[in-house]
Amino acid sequence: MLIPFSMKNCFQSLYSLKIPTAGYKNIAKGGLILQSASNNIYQNLAVEDWIHDHMNLESKPILFLWRNSPTVVIGRHQNPWQECNLNIMREKGIKLARRRSGGGTVYHDMGNINLTFFTIKSKYNRMENLKLIIRALNAVQPQLDVQATDRLDLLLDGQFKISGTASKIGRVAAYHHCTLLCNTDWISLSSVLKSPYQGIKSNATPSVPSLVKNLLENDDTLTCEVLMESVAAEYAAYHKIENNIILISPTDETVFPGINKKAEELQTWEWIYGKTPKFSINTSFNLSEQSYSEIKVYVDIKNGRIEDCKIDAPDHSLPLEMLDKLSTSFIGNKFCQSETSVLINALLRTCPKDYELNTKWHLLCQKVKSIM
Amino acid sequence: MAAARVLRSWSRSARHLSCVNHIQICRSIHAVKPKYTCLFGYSSFQFSHPHRLLRTTSTVSGQIVQFKLSDIGEGITEVIVKEWYVKEGDTVSQFDSICEVQSDKASVTITSRYDGIIRKLYYALEDTAFVGKPLVDIETESLKDSEEDVVETPAVFHDEHTHQEIKGHKTLATPAVRRLAMENNIKLSEVVGTGKDGRILKEDILNYLAKQTGAILPPSPKSEIITPLPKSEKIQTIPKDKPIPLPVSKPKVFTDKDRTEPITGFERAMVKTMTMAMKIPHFGYCDEVDLTELVKLREQLKPLALARGIKLSYMPFFLKAASLGLLQFPILNASVDENCQNITYKASHNIGVAMDTSQGLIVPNVKNVQLCSVFEIATELNRLQKLGATNQLGTADITGGTFTLSNIGSIGGTYAKPVILPPEVAIGAFGAIKVLPRFNEKGKLIKTQIMNVSWSADHRIIDGATMSRFSNLWKSYLENPASMLLDLK
Repeated sequence: MLIPFSMKNCFQSLYSLKIPTAGYKNIAKGGLILQSASNNIYQNLAVEDWIHDHMNLESKPILFLWRNSPTVVIGRHQNPWQECNLNIMREKGIKLARRRSGGGTVYHDMGNINLTFFTIKSKYNRMENLKLIIRALNAVQPQLDVQATDRLDLLLDGQFKISGTASKIGRVAAYHHCTLLCNTDWISLSSVLKSPYQGIKSNATPSVPSLVKNLLENDDTLTCEVLMESVAAEYAAYHKIENNIILISPTDETVFPGINKKAEELQTWEWIYGKTPKFSINTSFNLSEQSYSEIKVYVDIKNGRIEDCKIDAPDHSLPLEMLDKLSTSFIGNKFCQSETSVLINALLRTCPKDYELNTKWHLLCQKVKSIM
Repeated sequence: MAAARVLRSWSRSARHLSCVNHIQICRSIHAVKPKYTCLFGYSSFQFSHPHRLLRTTSTVSGQIVQFKLSDIGEGITEVIVKEWYVKEGDTVSQFDSICEVQSDKASVTITSRYDGIIRKLYYALEDTAFVGKPLVDIETESLKDSEEDVVETPAVFHDEHTHQEIKGHKTLATPAVRRLAMENNIKLSEVVGTGKDGRILKEDILNYLAKQTGAILPPSPKSEIITPLPKSEKIQTIPKDKPIPLPVSKPKVFTDKDRTEPITGFERAMVKTMTMAMKIPHFGYCDEVDLTELVKLREQLKPLALARGIKLSYMPFFLKAASLGLLQFPILNASVDENCQNITYKASHNIGVAMDTSQGLIVPNVKNVQLCSVFEIATELNRLQKLGATNQLGTADITGGTFTLSNIGSIGGTYAKPVILPPEVAIGAFGAIKVLPRFNEKGKLIKTQIMNVSWSADHRIIDGATMSRFSNLWKSYLENPASMLLDLK
């Protein structure tokens, strides 16, 4: 399914321009087309932040093209436990990132192009950007049936979603970014974007699942490189600027002072998990296949930390005070597996050496961890 | 109409809001009277004390201004409030973020137009907010220092000065005062404000500078050359355009505060474990180990292990030697119950290895070291290290330990007094390997690789003699690695 390609091919087909020595703050012409040399989601999101915060976009809009190694990107106000399967992601080494724009969850890999349109607030117009993309697609393949919907998705053949949109509006500037599915590993995509967690109650923005399709399936000339070039050309024509794609390095502090700090902030637990809107989990499980007793677990989580926790074993299969001890010791901790493991371990040291109780205790702790 | 004006003013670079525009925007807000937006000449450095120019409002409280949700664009009329960055009673400065709202996949950051104190929030989280309707009430100072001075443009790199406002360190100061501070490289947090609510006034900045340099500064807000200190003759020429670095010898105004936070996570686990450990009467025993032979052996074996994809440190040898020792002294691999009535001799040697991760101390263990070869131990340690580095150690990895070793020497040190991790009864800590001169059996001075080991054991069931004999045995295996071959199973 996945057609492997190297970054080298991609770069050779670019025209690169020398980076102006003054940095990007004072651009003479009416716009810029930038492409990231990095596949690191956090670095690329940091570039978006940097441009949004520091660049003067008056009459100088910017198009930013980027791709990432396998990552799940959730919207600003979403709940990662509700949106994706964190266990599979940990196993497969798929990263999790929270972007600053709103909207739903997407899966990025090298078969997906991200396009960001930076403008000043008054020029913010998402539909216009999408029409530009459609023109670019049709320039490569005129028969392609791509339409923009009210929800600002792009649909192929009227039913398959090939692009989703999100945006961020600040004080003076705004950006609209969207994806473009060329050749994504949709098996990974579907397994990772399905949450296994039960009983979550939250006001976080939910994602709207859609049927997706890769553009490459329709027409094998539509590779990522071809599409990026086409969009860049269309953008250059529309804004009457030179069609020159500038390759940028998101870790270069001389060009983007302060960018590494932004990238670091995007990787902290407090940002990725701690910014989840308040939610609660109300679930139950059996300790093991043999036992019929149901253990009920209720957790309240705010800012990613456990505010309240109750564990009930209705038929007293586990001693009440131990359950109380466990649930109260969780309060204040991050809702995360590694902190829970360490705490459980510390508690286990204090628990009596009854073998049967020990095994039950172990099982309970495993089950509780699995909801995180 | 008001919306269009607002847009126009937004489209200029940040702080170029001239008073004229301000009045136009204010017309849509009832509370502010145009009088207060008059230009104030900045030529006089008899700077305006806020109270002096308050005419119609009381000197105690300022004006309550209703800050309305401005037009977001694309014809959006309502949004959902997703996060508040402020609460009632908080002090905000112009351009601080007030809240985050969401509309149709667009996330919008609403920033404050005024300096002041938040008096009322009109919406709760998840409420629908309407464009053009009040969002918050801000109590402002009635004085607005003139905005005619060019202040910061959006492309600002002086992080600490912009972020002072944004990151919650709410120092009250007008934009002109901030600029003065920035030009002189002064941290606003170090200046004591004498204005209302601790607001920093221009006078305060001037006083601060005067204290620093021992000279009176000229009144203009533009930075001038500060006359050099009489004390330090080292300062020969002062570059004209660069801000003068403050001399380190002068005492600074220390305004840091104590910070209390709850103990959670890894630290809490450590608190629980170590509190339990206090019940155990520890005794310590230290010794010196000559690792010269082991160092040579490891050099030989390192490339072989690397060829198999494993990094070989000294720890696998220490663990294996410990396990061989535990076979002879099983009481060190035991566990006692609550009242010390019964002792359980554990069959498996699950030797824990203390690991320092970004989140704190965690002790995973290698299971059944008595059955593992040195290479297998090395492989397992590599795996645990990788998991530890990414905070992915599972419960199975960190439970079930029977004996622990801590290689604190990899960070530094010689002697230690390790604390036993219950329900274990013994622990060992290693210092750094140092090259030291020692006499050999022929009385000649030779270069040796010396490491110190510090053991702690539970004196309720283990006596000094046992610990000493175990240590000697362990030491002999490491000082003469070939002898390990005799006892390897």
